[in-house]
Amino acid sequence: MNELRDLYQEVILDHYRHPRNFGPLPEASHHAEGHNPVCGDRLTLFLIMEGDRVADVKFEGAGCAISTASASLMTEAIKGKSEAEVRALFEHFHTGLTTPDEAAATEALADLDKLAVLGGVRAFPIRVKCATLPWRTLAAALDRAQAPVQTE
Amino acid sequence: MTAMQPRSGGLDVARIRRDFPIFARPVQGKRLVFLDSAASAQKPRSVIDAERHVYEAEYANVHRGVYWLSQRATEAYEGAREKVREFLNAAAAREIVFLRGATEGINLVAQTYGRRFLGPGDEVVVTQVEHHSNIVPWQMLREEKGIVLKVAPVDDSGELDLEAFERLLGPRTKLVSIAHVANALGSVMPVEEVIRLAKTRGIAVLLDGCQAVPHMPVDVRGLDCDFYVFSGHKLYGPTGIGVLYGRAHLLQAMPPWQGGGDMIRSVTFEKTEYNELPWKFEAGTPNIAGTIGLGAAIDYVRSIGYEAIQVQEREILAYAVRELAKINSLRLIGQPRHRSGVISFALGGVHPHDVGTILDHDGICVRAGHHCAQPTMDRFGVPATVRASFGIYNDRDDVDALVAGLRKVQEVFGL
Repeated sequence: MNELRDLYQEVILDHYRHPRNFGPLPEASHHAEGHNPVCGDRLTLFLIMEGDRVADVKFEGAGCAISTASASLMTEAIKGKSEAEVRALFEHFHTGLTTPDEAAATEALADLDKLAVLGGVRAFPIRVKCATLPWRTLAAALDRAQAPVQTE
Repeated sequence: MTAMQPRSGGLDVARIRRDFPIFARPVQGKRLVFLDSAASAQKPRSVIDAERHVYEAEYANVHRGVYWLSQRATEAYEGAREKVREFLNAAAAREIVFLRGATEGINLVAQTYGRRFLGPGDEVVVTQVEHHSNIVPWQMLREEKGIVLKVAPVDDSGELDLEAFERLLGPRTKLVSIAHVANALGSVMPVEEVIRLAKTRGIAVLLDGCQAVPHMPVDVRGLDCDFYVFSGHKLYGPTGIGVLYGRAHLLQAMPPWQGGGDMIRSVTFEKTEYNELPWKFEAGTPNIAGTIGLGAAIDYVRSIGYEAIQVQEREILAYAVRELAKINSLRLIGQPRHRSGVISFALGGVHPHDVGTILDHDGICVRAGHHCAQPTMDRFGVPATVRASFGIYNDRDDVDALVAGLRKVQEVFGL
């Protein structure tokens, strides 16, 4: 049960039930769609970039607790940050969830503040793509990619 | 957990479990509770041994060698064809084509029968609850030939609306292609009525029997269908082997699909004569060991007998539906009167993947997702479901473990 409690922490369940920054953003300057074809998770991410900075961000869609909470936490984490800071955050997040090197993972997660609650996903490799889908969608929005992001 | 359950329904499940080596060892330290046989079933020792025996004692290419070993392999390969013929009660072994699986069977029919006999405006009728493998091949044919794909609706219980189905049958309808049992819901389709309605109008019928053959006897002549496909791996057989049954006169009229060795009688650069049925459709060296393994799987299932299998299945499905209904916030997706093998459900607002992860933690294997049937999910207004599916090795303990696992999901999610 402990591993499960680490995965489904109260903060994660809270963000799943009450996702922050959820809804449309009609005046978005950037947007992208993410899709996990295996489970059917879909999300659309909207960004307002002012110069190099994320002035506002929202998302819409339906997904599992991990992907929804990850998207919600991500929107909180990136608001006001520069593109370079956002991309660095994604890199740390990805390393924290996927590197086989425990020490490197702990170090990467330590830089993530609130996002670190998703660290429990490490023990569930199949679910890593749920946690990273919002981030990959964000990267696509920043790249102004045309094609929807897929996890597969 | 139920304490005493040595026998359940018509089967000695404990003895059957001993036939399947995978149940002999714990999975991640836990008793394996395998409730995903609709995706792919586990394999009995006899199937594993049959494949091993081919490679260890009787392996050579088939239909080629003059030497004893090749003849022996050919006999075993063609012997499996005869087993499948008998299994489906087909009129002749030449009506049995070995392919990679049911998906390949439907594609073969679309790409040969469909290409040859269907033209712009001709209609193919499927149902709302088909597997993608019985949707996409027809969409590909639509793009190529301009056929029309019509979709017969199901009601809220997941049963085919026969009246609506009948209304779809018109002068341009050339083929009805439907699942014998719907893979995401477990609805047993009224195939006798479907075939009767189609036949009186001279419409050909293909049945996708993937979810039917593990659970019920199939008699293609009794049904009077034109094509029947199934996959070996869902019938406790190997992966990579499946069957297309087709009426001989239809298979004869159809052009070959893939070209190559074994499907020809003679080849010159000017002209090639194709082989007879069924080899016309079996280009290249076939899945020899897999085919023989499928024969062993059929022997195994028949040794248990469908009568006992069905008694056991009715009992366990009734028990599972009853126990699941006791869980607050659990909603069954589809409640067909005639159900086989599968129970699909949603649990409160918990996403099926989260349910699947928590169940997996206790060694319980279920399918969580759209089950390659996204239109079915759309019909029931859910992005995905949790699907528990049953095989001959499942007993009440498995159901009890599932229910306990779902209560843990509720606990984690505070439902």
